[in-house]
Amino acid sequence: MAQFRQPARLLATELACLRGDRSVFTGLSFAVGAGQALMVNGPNGAGKSSLLRLIAGLVRIEAGQLVLEGGNPEATPGEQAHYLGHQDALKPSLSVIENLDFWVRYLGGGMTGTGAALDTVGLSRILNLPAAYLSAGQRRRLSIARLIAVARPVWLLDEPTSALDATAQAMLAGLMRQHLANGGMILAATHGPIGLDGAKELRLGGAP
Amino acid sequence: MPLIDLANPTRFLTLASRALPWLTIATLAAFAVGIGLIASAPDDYQQGATVKIMFIHVPAAWLAMGCWSVMSIAALGTLVWRHPLADVAGKAAAPLGAAFTAMCLITGMLWGRPMWGTYWVWDGRLTSVLVLFLMYLGVLALWRTVEDPARAGRAAAVLTLVGAINLPIIKFSVDWWATLHQPASVLRLGGPAIHASLLTPLLVMALAFLLLFLTLHLAAMRNEIMRRRIRAMLVREAESAAQ
Amino acid sequence: MTALANIFLRDMRLSVRLGGGALIGVLFFLIVVTLMPFAIGPDLALLARIGPAILWLGALLASLLALDRLIAADYEDGSLDLILMARVPLELSLASKALAHWLTTGLPLVIAAPLLGLLLNLDPTATGAVALTLLAGTPALTFIGLIGASLTVALRRGGLLIAVLVLPLAVPVLIFGVAASNAAIVGPVPFGTPFTILCALTLMSAVVGPFAAAAALRHGLE
Repeated sequence: MAQFRQPARLLATELACLRGDRSVFTGLSFAVGAGQALMVNGPNGAGKSSLLRLIAGLVRIEAGQLVLEGGNPEATPGEQAHYLGHQDALKPSLSVIENLDFWVRYLGGGMTGTGAALDTVGLSRILNLPAAYLSAGQRRRLSIARLIAVARPVWLLDEPTSALDATAQAMLAGLMRQHLANGGMILAATHGPIGLDGAKELRLGGAP
Repeated sequence: MPLIDLANPTRFLTLASRALPWLTIATLAAFAVGIGLIASAPDDYQQGATVKIMFIHVPAAWLAMGCWSVMSIAALGTLVWRHPLADVAGKAAAPLGAAFTAMCLITGMLWGRPMWGTYWVWDGRLTSVLVLFLMYLGVLALWRTVEDPARAGRAAAVLTLVGAINLPIIKFSVDWWATLHQPASVLRLGGPAIHASLLTPLLVMALAFLLLFLTLHLAAMRNEIMRRRIRAMLVREAESAAQ
Repeated sequence: MTALANIFLRDMRLSVRLGGGALIGVLFFLIVVTLMPFAIGPDLALLARIGPAILWLGALLASLLALDRLIAADYEDGSLDLILMARVPLELSLASKALAHWLTTGLPLVIAAPLLGLLLNLDPTATGAVALTLLAGTPALTFIGLIGASLTVALRRGGLLIAVLVLPLAVPVLIFGVAASNAAIVGPVPFGTPFTILCALTLMSAVVGPFAAAAALRHGLE
């Protein structure tokens, strides 16, 4: 896995997000430093997914600022982030290795080989199987392989443990710890614990 | 042969591989005899050697319609009797039907060139065959688009039966349309009045085409069963990799 | 560059594996051409005269058909999110996708056109002229369609809306495509005049299309 040399910090000041006419959140400020994780929680509809998509550059920032200090000044924060959303971004008619290969080449900067990444997530035995035949958990693991095959300092994980069994959850927790140890940053939207100790918490929405 | 034996795909595969070599030989023999008879048949005093296209055109047209009948029976098998091989039979017949229809159209066009001076006229018969061809392509497109074979099979079966009901109506409408615009064509390919010296080679060729259909249909069914087994193997492989 | 080659190859591979899109487009083209004589009668002289127009209309409608999946397929499985997050310029990615889309859905129409010309009693010159104008003009339809596909991507039933958005924009292409074909067959304008304008339209839409589509996708964010 890549070592992120530059000391980096994701800094959000007074962020606001609108969906349609509804204000999802306003005045949201936080900072995530290198090697830190931020657990975003809150009730349904509080804007957890919107926040992650906003950082990824997929939702417009209504007000406020978002900067990745010490990152690549020519790229947006979203271009230096991985986004693991509800969908797996896989093509059913491409094989496991073709799916991963495509994203690695397209997103650029493959550090770990794709083979090694698939080994890590436990899919190396079915490299040539079309993704159509994968179970939900296997599809999820293939998406996770993308995170380690392409080096990007910020991981944005939306309910990353959904569809994963206990073994796979432990595998993911290990990968996240390793990412943090390398100086990466993680923002995860979650309802429950995902196996990271000492993570900061950001609570969105009203009373629990 | 009790039907239950044929319902077992494994039993069917054994039978198919035993029958296929014999069917192939019979097909080749029938074609050899048929082509020999055609070569010695007299040329038409008006149309010359062109008339011999009929020996391919007419059997192809018969099979073009015959394949839809086979598909319709298979469709009933899928929807009513739920026979496990019915949708395999239906799927295997569709591309063959399309191919025979295409052959009928192409030979019709080749025959039309010297007769009409153009490759295509919107004659009632040819046009209904063209519509039949479009229906075959529709069934093929449906098979290709729906991923799951069981669902695709049911959908294709419904379409086939709707087609079976609609084809006579289409044929009637097209004929009506054609006679509205032009008098019945003077030159009819394989019209009712056929000389006896041409009838024997035509029937032999029809038999050869029928045998060809049986051979290809059996082979295609076998391939389809194997394709489904490979699919099942891939699913199992994915499951076994779940660790 | 490798990223662009990659998205191009991926889209080509996907259409070849699925096989549906191109074939259904050609089939639709064939059906449209077959329907025309039923509506206007089987008069071969008349068909030959309006044949280029029928072929162009058929190709235009058939190329609309596949547009629905051009962007929507990537939107539905989440790939579009990642495409937006890549460092590759979105405009170039969209242009690569459009190119792959034209090769798998537009080019088959061009290849099928001479065969359908037979049905309409077109002579070899006319058939050649129609095929050539389609070759020059259908890329414009794809690039214009790219804009429609991007605008409607997040909408349910977007496919219907695409047609309404794209067809008016395709009017100039249709005018000069048919004009060039007719110029080659009956004159009096030399073939070169409308054909050059047709090529210019294609080049222009190849530039405008990806930029407008990228803007549509970025502004579609909410």
